[in-house]
Amino acid sequence: MAEPGKNGTPMLDELEKGPWPSFVTQIKEAAEKNKMSKALLSLLERSYHERIGHWKHGGIVGVMGYGGGVIGRYSDLPEEYPDIAHFHTLRVNMPTGWFYTSDALRTICDIWERHGSGLTNMHGSTGDIILLGTTTDELEPTFAELTANDFDLGGSGSDMRTPSACVGPARCEWACYDTLALAYDLTQTFQDELHRPAFPYKFKFKCAGCPNDCVASIARADMSIIGTWRDEIQIDQKEVKAAEEAGLNIQRDVCNLCPTKCIEWDGKKLEIDDENCVKCMHCINTMPKALRPGKDRGATILLGAKAPIVEGALLSSVLVPFTKIEPPYEELKDMVERIWDFWSEHGKNRERVGELMQRVGLGNFLEAIEVEPTPEMLAHPRENPYVFYEEYYEEGDEEEEEEEE
Amino acid sequence: MATERRTDIGPPNYQNFLPSVIKKNYGKWKYHEILRPGVMVHVAESGDKLFTVRAGSPRLMSIHRIRKFADLADKYCDGHLRFTSRNNVEFLLTDDSKIDALIADLKELGHPVGGIGNAISNIVHTQGWVHCHSAATDASGIVKAVMDDLHEYFTGKEMPGKLRIALACCLNMCGAVHCSDIAILGIHRRPPRILGGLNKVCEIPNVIASCPTAAIRPATVEGQATVEIDEENCMFCANCFSVCPALPMADALNDGVSIWVGGKVSNARSEPTFSKLAIPFLPNNPPRWPEVVEAVRNIVEVWHKNARNFERMGEFINRIGWPRFFKLTGIEFQKEHIDDFKYAGLSYKRSVQLRH
Repeated sequence: MAEPGKNGTPMLDELEKGPWPSFVTQIKEAAEKNKMSKALLSLLERSYHERIGHWKHGGIVGVMGYGGGVIGRYSDLPEEYPDIAHFHTLRVNMPTGWFYTSDALRTICDIWERHGSGLTNMHGSTGDIILLGTTTDELEPTFAELTANDFDLGGSGSDMRTPSACVGPARCEWACYDTLALAYDLTQTFQDELHRPAFPYKFKFKCAGCPNDCVASIARADMSIIGTWRDEIQIDQKEVKAAEEAGLNIQRDVCNLCPTKCIEWDGKKLEIDDENCVKCMHCINTMPKALRPGKDRGATILLGAKAPIVEGALLSSVLVPFTKIEPPYEELKDMVERIWDFWSEHGKNRERVGELMQRVGLGNFLEAIEVEPTPEMLAHPRENPYVFYEEYYEEGDEEEEEEEE
Repeated sequence: MATERRTDIGPPNYQNFLPSVIKKNYGKWKYHEILRPGVMVHVAESGDKLFTVRAGSPRLMSIHRIRKFADLADKYCDGHLRFTSRNNVEFLLTDDSKIDALIADLKELGHPVGGIGNAISNIVHTQGWVHCHSAATDASGIVKAVMDDLHEYFTGKEMPGKLRIALACCLNMCGAVHCSDIAILGIHRRPPRILGGLNKVCEIPNVIASCPTAAIRPATVEGQATVEIDEENCMFCANCFSVCPALPMADALNDGVSIWVGGKVSNARSEPTFSKLAIPFLPNNPPRWPEVVEAVRNIVEVWHKNARNFERMGEFINRIGWPRFFKLTGIEFQKEHIDDFKYAGLSYKRSVQLRH
């Protein structure tokens, strides 16, 4: 029997058919000039036959002075596939908002042609440019060329991961703060935390400009900074009427879907009870020419989202209901430092900050990071009556209380 | 002569990569319109217009393909382009007369244009067998097979609302699929094997502490310190494997795929919410995973046929109720659908508001 992958790739070839662009075609394009990509194609074909992966746990590899940014990867069949015995990944910090010039893209491509497999992910789940597959020897030379061209590595392991941002004010009328400026500033401010893992586990920032949350920050970021506003939605009544004339059923598809039923349409005038508006964005999404977020803009800061490992998945929950997001962001950064201090002190190995918050209780967590509790932080107050009061009066206490006052 | 080694410089400043129309109108966009599938225009308060053409990509791309994107950006967009959070590539134009030619070139290269508005956008996904040590399934292969099948929903077939699909090849969820309209999630179903010499490569106390159900205990086998696993308490999270390579989980006979539905991250209308289990297990059947492709299409079609305007998958299911979701999709309800981890009770039905 022909050995899978050594004599053609019949299974992977199937994935070159069909209308969606094929990753197999991409590996083959790279394989024409690169022996690592050629070997990868063979190994992947073998995985398709055997229905199992052939990669081992990462070892500790990296560039000098950094603890993150490189994912060590080794094949479990090094003798059979010597060209990908090492197949490490570099995470390269993407330009904020994933904007590129053609020259910058070509620079990355040229570096990766000289030093790696020629395969990439545009982009990884956290947002980095993923340079997929090289040997240990090539890490330092790749890094030297990247930094010579003003690129640097992103995060991995128990560090601050590469912050990411939605397209923000660069191309979106709904951006309630400058997501690109904040993500870039956080990235530059916390270079040490990004490159040298010193936390209990990973910590992600994601900056979303409005409650549509195009970077999924509420599901994927330990700190989710989501733009919002606190005054009135801006209405252009002429454009509301125009939207109706263009075929939108405003009563059915806008008013009836408002979560707090705070919007009314009488066929002539659209009225919004802004005090009851929860800034869900539905009416604005539906009529982008007629409605815009208010002018007093800022963000809600939420904390703690993560995927299931270990204690179950979490969404971020409200930490600061509304704050202005303006440079130099001192208030925000001070709070981040307090959170990191408490987490570094009390977090267990591989415990995300959301899990720590649950384990110690939100009330205690807030005290530790010096944030006042507010009702916006909860879906509802507690239902269980087992309250941990920390102090109680003893006989004779009352007089002392009065004296203190 | 040694030059000083540059470190901690961070990424290049994004401002250097913005097209001039964006620099001029930064933060001053007024509204946008979707002109046709995959094409939108943003209009600034100044009256300037920025046209965006969005094309699908396989995410895993060779440098040769990226150079072709760079050439297209030079030809049509003064050298400017960007990528989206769902791995699409966006070309940014100021001259709308160039749009048709750009789309033709993209089609020639094999990249469909679409994914804006009420459409299925690209599937965010993980590495799978291409590069991951803990994968329970491949990622790129399933994504390719599913998008081949659903691509008409990317390129313009009308839909009630947005539909976001994501894939993660194990519970680590590098793809954070847990808040998607449809999530495809690789799962293991066999407890880890315990390799000899475990104490040489792993810290046993760390291994024991890594287990969320306390199923791992210290043991001594043939005079060597190792661990034993209470298999009945293993729920296949693979956290022990993450801290200890001597506890491999991958198993060709038992690994496969589960399907989850009804999650979202947007705040529009209803609050962000997790996806819920629809199908506990489908087999790994490469190269095209026909069972997974069929299951996803079935769920998409049931939603497409029955959802009201703007209803996301989860909002649709909440309106009709889960029993009816199972009936409409023909998916068998099983014991595995019932949660048995922390807070499981919160998912029990605690009222008599039932449809009979």
